Amino acid sequence: MSSRKSKSNNLIHAELLSQVQRVLRERFCHQSPHSNLFGVQVQYKHLIELLKRTAIHGESNSVLIIGPRGSGKTTLINHALKELMEIEEVSENVLQVHLNGLLQINDKIALKEITRQLNLENVVGDKVFGSFAENLSFLLEALKKGDRSSSCPVIFILDEFDLFAHHKNQTLLYNLFDISQSAQTPLAVIGLTCRLDILELLEKRVKSRFSHRQIHLMNSFGFPQYLKIFKEQLSLPAEFPDKLFTEKWNESIQCLTEDRSVREVLQKHFNVSKNLRSLHMLLMLALNRVTTSHPFMTAADMMEAHQFCSMDSKANIVHGLSVLEICLIIAMKHLNDIYEEEPFNFQMVYNEFQKFVQRKAHSVYNFEKPVVMKAFEHLQQLELIRPMERTSVNTQREYQLMKLLLDNTQIMNALQKYPNCPTDVRQWATSSLSWL
Amino acid sequence: MAYYPTRLKTRQTYSWVGRPLLDQKLHYHIYKEMSVKIEGSLTEIHIQVGQFVLIEGDDDENPYVAKLVELFEDDSEPHSKKRARVQWFIRFCEVPVSKRHLLGRKPAAQEIFWYDYPACNSNINAETIIGHVQVVALGPDEVLPMDLKDEKILFVKLSWNEKAFRPLSPELFAEFDKLQEAARSQKPVGVKTKSIESPSRTTAEHAIKRIESRHSTSKSRRTPSHPVTPRAKKKLELNGLGFPRTPNTRISQQNSGASLDSPGRSKRKVTLSEITSPTKRSQPDRLHTSSPALKAPQKTGEIQSSCAKDDKKASPDCHRILRTRVPALKTTEICEERTLTPIRGGWKSSVPSVVLKPENIKKREAEEPEAQDGATTTPHRIHRKSSLLTLNRIRQQLRFLGNSKSNQEEDEFLPAAEISDSSSEEEETSIPPLPRRTSSRLSRNLCSSMKSSLQTPSKTPKKTPKPSTPRHATPQIRSRNLAAQEPASVLEEARLRLHVSAVPETLPCREQEFQNIYNFVESKLLDHTGGCMYISGVPGTGKTATVHEVIRCLQQAAQANDVPSFQYIEVNGMKLTEPHQVYVQILQKLTGQKATANHAAELLAKRFLTRRSSQETTVLLVDELDLLWTQKQDIMYNLFDWPTHKEAQLVVLTIANTMDLPERIMMNRVSSRLGLTRMSFQPYTHSQLQQILISRLKHVKAFEDDAIQLVARKVAALSGDARRCLDICRRATEICEFSCQKPDSPGLVTVAHLLQAVDEMFSSSYITAIKNSSVLEQSFLRAILAEFRRSGLEEATFQQVYSQHVALCRMEGLPYPTMSETMAVCSHLGSCRLLLVESSRNDLLLRVRLNVSQDDVLYALKE
Repeated sequence: MSSRKSKSNNLIHAELLSQVQRVLRERFCHQSPHSNLFGVQVQYKHLIELLKRTAIHGESNSVLIIGPRGSGKTTLINHALKELMEIEEVSENVLQVHLNGLLQINDKIALKEITRQLNLENVVGDKVFGSFAENLSFLLEALKKGDRSSSCPVIFILDEFDLFAHHKNQTLLYNLFDISQSAQTPLAVIGLTCRLDILELLEKRVKSRFSHRQIHLMNSFGFPQYLKIFKEQLSLPAEFPDKLFTEKWNESIQCLTEDRSVREVLQKHFNVSKNLRSLHMLLMLALNRVTTSHPFMTAADMMEAHQFCSMDSKANIVHGLSVLEICLIIAMKHLNDIYEEEPFNFQMVYNEFQKFVQRKAHSVYNFEKPVVMKAFEHLQQLELIRPMERTSVNTQREYQLMKLLLDNTQIMNALQKYPNCPTDVRQWATSSLSWL
Repeated sequence: MAYYPTRLKTRQTYSWVGRPLLDQKLHYHIYKEMSVKIEGSLTEIHIQVGQFVLIEGDDDENPYVAKLVELFEDDSEPHSKKRARVQWFIRFCEVPVSKRHLLGRKPAAQEIFWYDYPACNSNINAETIIGHVQVVALGPDEVLPMDLKDEKILFVKLSWNEKAFRPLSPELFAEFDKLQEAARSQKPVGVKTKSIESPSRTTAEHAIKRIESRHSTSKSRRTPSHPVTPRAKKKLELNGLGFPRTPNTRISQQNSGASLDSPGRSKRKVTLSEITSPTKRSQPDRLHTSSPALKAPQKTGEIQSSCAKDDKKASPDCHRILRTRVPALKTTEICEERTLTPIRGGWKSSVPSVVLKPENIKKREAEEPEAQDGATTTPHRIHRKSSLLTLNRIRQQLRFLGNSKSNQEEDEFLPAAEISDSSSEEEETSIPPLPRRTSSRLSRNLCSSMKSSLQTPSKTPKKTPKPSTPRHATPQIRSRNLAAQEPASVLEEARLRLHVSAVPETLPCREQEFQNIYNFVESKLLDHTGGCMYISGVPGTGKTATVHEVIRCLQQAAQANDVPSFQYIEVNGMKLTEPHQVYVQILQKLTGQKATANHAAELLAKRFLTRRSSQETTVLLVDELDLLWTQKQDIMYNLFDWPTHKEAQLVVLTIANTMDLPERIMMNRVSSRLGLTRMSFQPYTHSQLQQILISRLKHVKAFEDDAIQLVARKVAALSGDARRCLDICRRATEICEFSCQKPDSPGLVTVAHLLQAVDEMFSSSYITAIKNSSVLEQSFLRAILAEFRRSGLEEATFQQVYSQHVALCRMEGLPYPTMSETMAVCSHLGSCRLLLVESSRNDLLLRVRLNVSQDDVLYALKE
């Protein structure tokens, strides 16, 4: 009886937990405008006022939102647009055009996309007809026709704005800014970029036409706020179906926030990056460990997730190498020490390896040269070593100059964790003179 | 299109016929007739004074049209030449593009205009005459025949004097009349005569008719004329003369009754037709024909009233049959009317709005726009009662009617079912196929109108214009549903005035430059010569604005006849996709033609380098000249070469940023043609900027005086860019509004607000970015500084920095940073451009440089 009950309990738990995971993962992965904004109230107000003025008064504007990656630029603009569209007098009076510098890689594509999104006259179905020049003059004509009071304002959102500045002559930017500075269809041009030197990229005429409004998002919060964000991100919303479970979950999150080791983990993470996206990554890893048998997140989960996040990828690769390959890496390390970071070739490495093998013949099998060569090439494929110049057909592979892409500390750390490493090899690693 | 061979292709010989009359004073031999013999064929064309002739021009398809006034041989010159004096006519395609809208409607294919412009050179070489052409004068209420097989007949209805289209004066009509008679007596066959109006109408009558028939004219003008049955019409004319006035007044009454007086009734009719008639276009017929029955008895209208009764009795089922019968009757009626009222302002009132308004989806207002749209495409959906709309719709209907009727006349009988088919098909296509994210808010109709013309060209031949006439699509962003709010507070008002787009009444501080440019262009206009001017100056110094102002003033002067009228064209190098597109743009703005870049260049060269009949100076503004630079510099060469030719009458104003552009990038032969008429706009000084701000804020007290002075000085010190100055002030008003607690009475914009705005715009964000970066990022920057100091270089590899970083972390008690973490930090800083890094493919070996000065980093890291 009791076992059946617990079984049904488990079922409920499984159901609930999958829901929890869905809700939280959506929160972490989607830049949904439903989530809260953290610490950008001033910037948000600036932006929304600007958009409102365009939408309601028909005032043209241009603004750049600048901030490092993951600082919430897109979230900010999505929030602002959502709020703007909720205003009744605005919702059907505004057109939006979304462009991304990674997708619209030149002005030709960008123009077609604008025309398509505005659904102008030369759009048939999904296709835009006409040549580049025609499209440009058509669009300019269309935008020129309007005036402040009667035309529908258009909001241009240019994601990855810096890439648009690399277009030929910056024609698109010039024209957009020019329209926003002249009595034509009201435009709000909003650029999102992570580059702080964006204004230097603009050509002088384009720059003069840009209004020089910049909204900076700088992740300017401290650790206490970071903790608060952490808590808010993990808490379940009030509209979650099972009230009891929600309470329990949120309580456990509260405990987690107060836990010392969790704070330590978060502090470490915070020190590395203030980026909210990396926090989401951490939480995602921790969340994946929640199962029916382990329904609530614990400090251990967090620690494990953090370890996972801060792992050194190259050290992991070194762990999977064969003893011969390890030996080659150690030989390269010694060469680096002796020749002060000068590049080496296979022959040098092989000689160094031979020296070691002759001294300690019992511990390492003396491989044939072609086998060592194979191991060497494998290291090159793993990009642990890198040729100095491009491989050409006529250079002999033995004499091609190479560089090691591992730091000494990395090698030593990796060796310490390397399973079943022969003691002689370990000793050889610590000192190149150990065979003496 | 007819193709008129010119002399180049077939050799023609010109010889005088008859004896000359000698004009002693001018040493002219005046002739009455000339014969043209085409080599190879036996035909000989005799051209007499008073006939209409085609004259060789730029365009082989559209030669110039003129009336021959005089033929003479000029003895004063050593090689005596056959000369002719002509009265020009002008084709629509020769009218400057900028003034074409004055016509207010689409020109018919064979419509020409009496060119009433005395300044035009009317003395031509007689050997440029190609041959005869038939020109027919139409009264203003007559309808231009839309489709004529014979392309040799041209119609003149209006006169054009470079400013406005006017109806032909009665005297001219009389003249045409005579000519026509003469022509007919000579060539009884092959000439399809038009009704000839008697210009002897009392003005009082005209006035009455004008008032009465404001709306009816639109109707009558759209009805087709009868080119195929001249005899029948002749009879009808006589018939019409027998009953001078009644039909005319009757129609106008009937119309006003239908459209204005009783909206209720028309509404009823509309609904009736909506319910009953399957053919949408039959509706105006019904309207038209049934209303006479409601009116007083007719004098002429035996046929008509019976027809109307027929119509009334007819059940909706037999509507179609009726419909085919009605137009024939109606045309007779219209003909009568036309003969009676030669002068009527119909062409003015009947202009339907050609710009299709995009349909609004908004539910609240859905009804009205839909009705409007419906008027153009789907007349049966109209629900609104407003008389205005009804009127509008009737006009539109009549347009359709006119089209469909002329159609019927052409092929005798076009089944009504087919028309309804095609129109219903249009309707189907007018439903947008894909509801997109934005499409639901967008102009549907624009898209659909395009589509219908694409997809059903064969079914609706009347609506697709002839291929030769360019489709004047007017691209437009849809208009907003709610009007933009007007500024409420002082600050909002100030912000509006401070926007760069706000056009001030005058341009302060550029009086001298204005005067110079004005004088330059004016002198060229007065002398009928050409020239170039190069204007330079840093961005935001008012170059383009000043030139625009000059052009505006000159256009006003031209309207007041102080200077000769001119054509103004503007191109912008930045608004071109490719330098050679400039030809395309110029050609399109000049003539409305579309061509490829190479062809356009040829056409323009031909236009500017050969003599033209209608000489009008062209003023060309080339903005952002430096972008027209090409390897061969052929564009610049052409632009500067054309004005040097006497025939071109071209004034080129060029604008660029750099003062020494001609010396720096132009070849000698190009810069030499540009000449030395240069002007440079200096950056605004602080007092000038202050003056600009004060003039913009003349009647708005929003700024403290000190604040204005501050911003003027700041900007003058930085760049002297007026745009910057205005933008800062605009931002300052916003800051002032935010900071103010009471939204109803915000104070003046103070120095503090302006300083904040200046800070926002000009302060570098690097330091704040460093301050706000994470601990690891900061220590990485420190490591870079340490490595730089160690090596004495401004560049280091990642590996070097990493070892420093590890050491630093150990010193500061931070956890050991793994390579991956450090690499992430490095690329993060690189993406912000705090660091300049190579591509991360290089891994440990990638080179790192600071993008900020070391002092700045130190300063930022200090706190």
